[in-house]
Amino acid sequence: MNNMLLQDYIDKQTKAASLAVFRFLFGLIMAISIIRFWYNGWIEKLYLLPKFHFHYTGFDFIQVPGQWTYLLFIICFISAVGVCIGWKYRLSITTFFLCFTYIELMDKTTYLNHYYFVSVMSFLLIFLPAHAYYSVDAKHNKLIGSRYIPRWTVDIVKLMLAIVYIYAGLAKLNYDWIMLAMPLSIWLPTKMDIPLLGAVMHEKWLHYLFSWGGAIYDLSIVFLLLWKRTRVFAFIMVIVFHVLTRVLFPIGMFPYIMIAGTIIFFSPEFHERFMEFVVRFFPFDKLMSRDGAVAIDQEEPPQNEHFNSVIGIHQIPFVRYILMAFMAFQLIFPLRCFFLTDNVYWTEQGYRFSWRVMLMEKTGYANFKIVDSLSQKRFYVQNEDFLTSLQQKQMSTQPDFILEYAQYLAQHFSSQGHENIEVYVESYAALNGRPNQPFIDPNVNLLDVSYRELCQNHITPLNE
Amino acid sequence: MKSIQIILLSLITALLVLVSCGDDSEPMEMFTDSFDREAMLTDWADGIIIPSFENYVDALGQFNTDKDEFINKSTEEQLIELRASYIEAYKAWQRVAMFNIGKAEEIRLLNFTNVYPTDTESIEENITTQDYNLTLPSSYDEQGFPALDYLLYGVGDSDEMILEVLSGAGASTYLSDLIENLHSNAEVVLEDWKSNYRSTFINNSGSSATASVDKMVNDFLFYYEKYLRAGKIGIPAGVFSGSPIATSVEAPYSAIYSKELFLEGFDAVQDFFSGNSFDNSTVTSLKAYLDYISVQNGTPNIADLIINQWMLVSDSLTELSEDFSNQINVDNSKMLATYDELQVAVVLLKVDMLQALNIQVDFVDADGD
Repeated sequence: MNNMLLQDYIDKQTKAASLAVFRFLFGLIMAISIIRFWYNGWIEKLYLLPKFHFHYTGFDFIQVPGQWTYLLFIICFISAVGVCIGWKYRLSITTFFLCFTYIELMDKTTYLNHYYFVSVMSFLLIFLPAHAYYSVDAKHNKLIGSRYIPRWTVDIVKLMLAIVYIYAGLAKLNYDWIMLAMPLSIWLPTKMDIPLLGAVMHEKWLHYLFSWGGAIYDLSIVFLLLWKRTRVFAFIMVIVFHVLTRVLFPIGMFPYIMIAGTIIFFSPEFHERFMEFVVRFFPFDKLMSRDGAVAIDQEEPPQNEHFNSVIGIHQIPFVRYILMAFMAFQLIFPLRCFFLTDNVYWTEQGYRFSWRVMLMEKTGYANFKIVDSLSQKRFYVQNEDFLTSLQQKQMSTQPDFILEYAQYLAQHFSSQGHENIEVYVESYAALNGRPNQPFIDPNVNLLDVSYRELCQNHITPLNE
Repeated sequence: MKSIQIILLSLITALLVLVSCGDDSEPMEMFTDSFDREAMLTDWADGIIIPSFENYVDALGQFNTDKDEFINKSTEEQLIELRASYIEAYKAWQRVAMFNIGKAEEIRLLNFTNVYPTDTESIEENITTQDYNLTLPSSYDEQGFPALDYLLYGVGDSDEMILEVLSGAGASTYLSDLIENLHSNAEVVLEDWKSNYRSTFINNSGSSATASVDKMVNDFLFYYEKYLRAGKIGIPAGVFSGSPIATSVEAPYSAIYSKELFLEGFDAVQDFFSGNSFDNSTVTSLKAYLDYISVQNGTPNIADLIINQWMLVSDSLTELSEDFSNQINVDNSKMLATYDELQVAVVLLKVDMLQALNIQVDFVDADGD
């Protein structure tokens, strides 16, 4: 019986326009993001200038390929354009996913939740028939073109968006955010020169309004988008919310990505009209025209048999298992911090990859001491000799960075002829407006401990 | 159909707002009872930065005049006068060194003025060959005050010998070039502040990483950490190398001024922080900003903590001799004690103050989330 229900659901279809719009906007925004990244000089500043890069556990083999990094961005850009217009889609989206993810893995200093979101989304898109409609591929290959696609291939994108919003909302339900309106109480008062709202930016009630409003927004927006009667209102809220965050904070392309992403909640008819609207302004309507699509004139969903003629790896049962496993991972992985630590904001165990967005203001200072264990001779390290200011900032508040940097320092100084090296850190951090307090135990030789030991035994507990 | 119109309309509105609120948008004039960053920037420029540069340029002008007289008649009396105007100019420099912003940053004023230890071998060579280009980065340590300290105090064992060396054509030309370079560089920076940078500086009163308050505070901290704490105390005391390097103190050849120069720089830092203007009136500065935030948020006042910590620095300074290199050789632990007190303030400045003011220690204007 259950199997029947599942099969029924898998067979359900919807118009392909929903994914076509998503694919088009996703590719477009990604292409713009890459140009913006390059234009801002960040390839050089973030990847080429630093002498040393912080790695994700298990991805140490990923290195910045020197000047070839530019080529990586060029390939990433071309594949984003390919995704946008649906040209050699499967190759484009796979290439995009690999390039983008590679870039993100090169240095975890630059970790942002929305970069992770892009990687996750592009991974999903590899398996979805987003090129069935309004794409170059559909124009050239009649087997690809289809006006209908399985409904689950659209729902899975909505589910991913739901996970992002709801987990971001749940993460906001913590003492600092709800009871202290932190860190917004720190951030907002300095924004006194923005238009209209500037005059009230220092008001306590506004900090609470934004904190509570943000939490309610994140927790409810998906449901409001799902329900037809509240959808338009919800979308206006999406725009208001993300425009506000864009005005207040330097969060780059994230608002655009989310505004574009939530359009998928609208009806398939809306998406068809949207594409018709889009092709009026873009010269490639002939390329992407649905004229090439097989199922163009069918108003009714086609029969299964016909539908199955659509080539797509989403049809393969094994792919469905991969996607199910992937979504299960997405549901579970953000919760790992509950098994790891008492205060995820202080120790940052399980902080990344769990949609904790704009949740803390944390500043730190880490002063490293190199000691010769035999002679007890010691000296301090000038961090700016090794790290960029952004790396210093990230390193000083995150235990995994501190540990990796200590190991790097040991390597560096032993190659300079120092012996019997021990590395200690005197570190202080301040979280959400609390005064600074000692962070890592200054008496532990960082070369002696694993990351797990460091977090469990050598982080001074946060003094509330 | 209607909903589509609403959606398209709101999308377009959103796009317009987003585009118009780009990073470069002009801050709107708002009348608020919140802290006025623009007033603070005005006070910094008019009360502290520009008068300090005027004073510096004046001191260099005097130095330059005395140099001309010295070259005219190289007597011991003239040398004494030249040395007096040298230390006055060097002290005036300590009051502008932290303002590494605008033209000063562009022409790398700091590097052309006070990189030490100076390279005496290259200086000797330059004097002999008369073949040098003081605009090259490789010549940073062949010019500025450290090179002048060497010329005026270190080229000979006695004043007679020094006079003899400096009366040589090569040496006097080099001496002249060094002082004139200092003078003209300082004039360029002051001129720029007066003619256009003042308004750029004041109008850029936003809160982004490229706004004036953020940049100035970052420069201030950078100066405190790198030049005051490390350069003047930490490096010679061996904090970063394991063993002391007494020759790395500031002005080692005159050997009487290193503490005086430090005190001047330290005073300048405190005056800037507390808002003591050049003519000793009180202006708006970081202390006032922190006071405001502390009242607003009901949090402990960080400015008081910082000022108290600096009082401990001052206490420890009374233990140090006038010549830091002597102090290092006699009892380096006292130098290290001063360093430690300076260091405690770094944590307050870089952690607590930056958090309270929501300023990022980050010269890359990168995205966050």
